[in-house]
Amino acid sequence: MNPVALRSEFPLLRRYENGKRLCYVDSAATSQKPQVVLDAVRRYYVEDNANVHRGVYDLAARATQDYEDARAEVAGLVHAEPEEIVFTRGTTESLNLLALSYGGQALGPGTNVVTSPAEHHSNLLPWQQVALRRGAELRFVELDEAGQVTPDAVAAVVDGGTRVVALAHVSNVMGTVTDVGAIAAIAHRAGAILAVDGAQSVPHMPMDVRQLGIDFLAFSGHKMCGPTGIGALYGRRELLAGMSPVYYGGEMIEEVTLTSATFKEAPWRFEGGTPNIAGAVGMGAAARFLQEVGLSEIHRHETELANAAADGLRRIEGVTVYGPEGHRESGVVTFNIDGVHAHDVATALDQHGVCVRAGHHCCQPLMRRLGAASTARASFYLYNDAEDVRQLLAAVQATKEFFRRVAG
Amino acid sequence: MSLDDVYREVVMDHYQNPRHHGHLEHPTLTVGLHNPSCGDELHLDVLVDEDGIVRDAAFEGQGCSISMAAASMFIDRVRGKKLEEARRIAESFKDLLRRREADRSLLGDLEALEGVSRFPARVKCATLVMNAFEQAIDRIEEGGDHK
Repeated sequence: MNPVALRSEFPLLRRYENGKRLCYVDSAATSQKPQVVLDAVRRYYVEDNANVHRGVYDLAARATQDYEDARAEVAGLVHAEPEEIVFTRGTTESLNLLALSYGGQALGPGTNVVTSPAEHHSNLLPWQQVALRRGAELRFVELDEAGQVTPDAVAAVVDGGTRVVALAHVSNVMGTVTDVGAIAAIAHRAGAILAVDGAQSVPHMPMDVRQLGIDFLAFSGHKMCGPTGIGALYGRRELLAGMSPVYYGGEMIEEVTLTSATFKEAPWRFEGGTPNIAGAVGMGAAARFLQEVGLSEIHRHETELANAAADGLRRIEGVTVYGPEGHRESGVVTFNIDGVHAHDVATALDQHGVCVRAGHHCCQPLMRRLGAASTARASFYLYNDAEDVRQLLAAVQATKEFFRRVAG
Repeated sequence: MSLDDVYREVVMDHYQNPRHHGHLEHPTLTVGLHNPSCGDELHLDVLVDEDGIVRDAAFEGQGCSISMAAASMFIDRVRGKKLEEARRIAESFKDLLRRREADRSLLGDLEALEGVSRFPARVKCATLVMNAFEQAIDRIEEGGDHK
């Protein structure tokens, strides 16, 4: 993998911000898009645009083919079958669809959902709300000292009433990786299913749902070099087959009378209305792109950068780095400059061309645990390089000195 | 545009040594505001007397230097003022941040935050206290009954 060559495939990264080389280290929020994805979306609109699954003319057949090819590409990325991939608007919609449909059917009084206090709001609220409506219990795994979800801690709260274990694979705040394979085994022994929020893992590391025993996996196109407004829910074939639709309308039906209806097979029964065809095409192109670069390579590259950044930040006196002391397993580094609010840090870093996220990262319960209302987060991806690490460290150093000066 | 224009000495001084920090013993009204996009929190106590004069105010919260300094400066400015004058101060300050014609004579230390107008993503930090204050006095004026 040649990061210099890769960077040049992302047109936006050629830009300058505030007169400085753009150091984009906010890929956990959204990723930049390579030329191949932009070209795929444009090609679809220029050459193949029509509605899917209904036209009899050739153009419509090509649009349908593009859409279904994209489903196969996305399925390949996570080692699923194409029929196990439901296209959605993104991780949030995937998790809501899952909670409403599967959760709505499986949960009731005497049952429980197990999740953790470290979840992104999008993997907490759908379960919280469906549990409230269904009279089910929402249980929380105890985090360990590093803020991590361990299989033992999951085993401690799972019981015969557990129907769903819902956890993130990689924390968007800490970048810690959860052992979802071991947790799948625990969930299955109790007769529960494992639903994984893969928003921060699928774009960044090899994913094999079969090997890990994951029953449902939600992820977004825009975090994996694809367009916004498109995402996917993987569901094990037998489970999807037993689930009721959530959105009713065109495209998803078999036969309709005024008083009844039958629905298509999964995954199409979950895709009511005209889908985001161009988005799916872009996500498919992104899936292909990532596999061509190699997910193992991407993971190795970005963790190397994150470790270098974490080491460098620790060496700056007056900077606190959160997360593991030792080796990091993802591209996320969360930190604070002592005595300076993360928003002030982010504004100052922006003056150096450095884009980081600052705030509570949609994870207020975990932030309360960390005792930090707000942190700055740098997240690396395949297009970042050693120069980005240098630029970040120099900017943090300068920012620290700036606030030392103005704050006396 | 440089950072020095935003993080001026007087701003950092209000941030590090906030005036009117804490709670009032018998506020007329308390407003809690939360900026869900960034996590900033602000609790504002306001004491308004029968003549419609802001007798006192105090704030507590969590947030960046701009939001906390703005709260400290703003309360400094509106204490002892009539409600309508306090509203004019809030409006002038918002005008300043939106880079419109503002009545600077009303602003005092708040004028030091003018540089924030160059950082659109941070304007909401500076206006948090204003929004809390306007909510408080709207409710006081609506209710008539203090509390």
